[in-house]
Amino acid sequence: MSEFAPGTRVRVRLDWPELRGPVHIRTPHYVRGREGTVLRPLGRFANPEDLAFARPAAVLPLYHVRFEQRALWPEVVAADEVVVEIFGPWLEAA
Amino acid sequence: MNLSGLENERLLAALRGVLAAKNLVSAAEIAERIAITDQASPAQGAAMVARAWTDAGFRARLLACGTRAAEEFGIMMRGAPPLGVLENVPGLHHLVVCTLCSCYPRAVLGYPPFWYKSVAYRARAVRDPRGVLAEWGTTLPEGTRIRVVDSTADYRWMVLPLRPAGTEGWDEAALAALVREGDMVGVTLPRLP
Amino acid sequence: MADEDAARPRAHHDLGGVAQYLCEPVDISGHSLSEFDREVDALRQVLGQKGIMTVDELRRGIEAIPEADYLRLGYYQRWLRSITAILLEKKIVAEADLAAALAAEQ
Repeated sequence: MSEFAPGTRVRVRLDWPELRGPVHIRTPHYVRGREGTVLRPLGRFANPEDLAFARPAAVLPLYHVRFEQRALWPEVVAADEVVVEIFGPWLEAA
Repeated sequence: MNLSGLENERLLAALRGVLAAKNLVSAAEIAERIAITDQASPAQGAAMVARAWTDAGFRARLLACGTRAAEEFGIMMRGAPPLGVLENVPGLHHLVVCTLCSCYPRAVLGYPPFWYKSVAYRARAVRDPRGVLAEWGTTLPEGTRIRVVDSTADYRWMVLPLRPAGTEGWDEAALAALVREGDMVGVTLPRLP
Repeated sequence: MADEDAARPRAHHDLGGVAQYLCEPVDISGHSLSEFDREVDALRQVLGQKGIMTVDELRRGIEAIPEADYLRLGYYQRWLRSITAILLEKKIVAEADLAAALAAEQ
């Protein structure tokens, strides 16, 4: 898994693990498949998708990723942003 | 066992009883934890904001590592999630939400307010932040961009608001008294009484 | 699952931007916590400190509450359902013991 430097354009994987069985996902639905920009790495944390099932959890890089609101919602015209904490495996270079 | 329909107080009493009988959780441990949790309040965050407004060194430390800066105030951060501080500057305003549950910087602000946990706030903040601010009567200066921070993972986020005009020369205690809970989430702005 | 867009099959707790709530006003009035709320909150913390259950497990248990109940139950009422379900699932609490305690509380 690659690490992402601040300023890197990334895309959140368009994946719906919810359809495949019981899961605990911290990547909100509204950013999946969307492109954003890495603001900065936030450190490394145990994967909540495993912690939620008391499974051994890999330690993963966590990023603050910025999205233009206009890229997320059809009606938005303001130049506002949403910043979301996203774990590395959910991101790919855009 | 279908838990949804059970009466709340009865379920809590039964569960506490089983846990106490198994020596897993005692009534004294719960009482002690309530007492500790009740001590955290927005006054702690407000004191940190006021210090940041009057002490450039502290401001830099607060923005670099909220956890360590909170510890300077004697706030117990051991075991708490890392604290990040979002600096409002002219032209950029932060608003914090947790769309997935209710992650909140409890160590420095106390229990999350009711509205923060509500479906309406969680749904609207990331899509209609200006409409959400309007619920509080909050309007931002022309040309201000809003950065909504969806608290989805391990950090907890607190907003460092802009110091209001007209407070030049005020001491730290007077400044801290201006800062309310919502100012540190981003739904309101500190204002003179 | 319920969504304006079947191509984005969000889970029901995943509320960001969901169209059906966009016109719902935010109730900004202050609500104080009840003793029940404080006790559930403290119980979760003690269970976490003792390594009996994590906050991630708490969240998974909340998300597993069916949507109608999720929306009907209060915040700490959801927590209590989740804590109970997780402790039963992990066999930290036996279903028979809980049933007996519930009967005794009647």
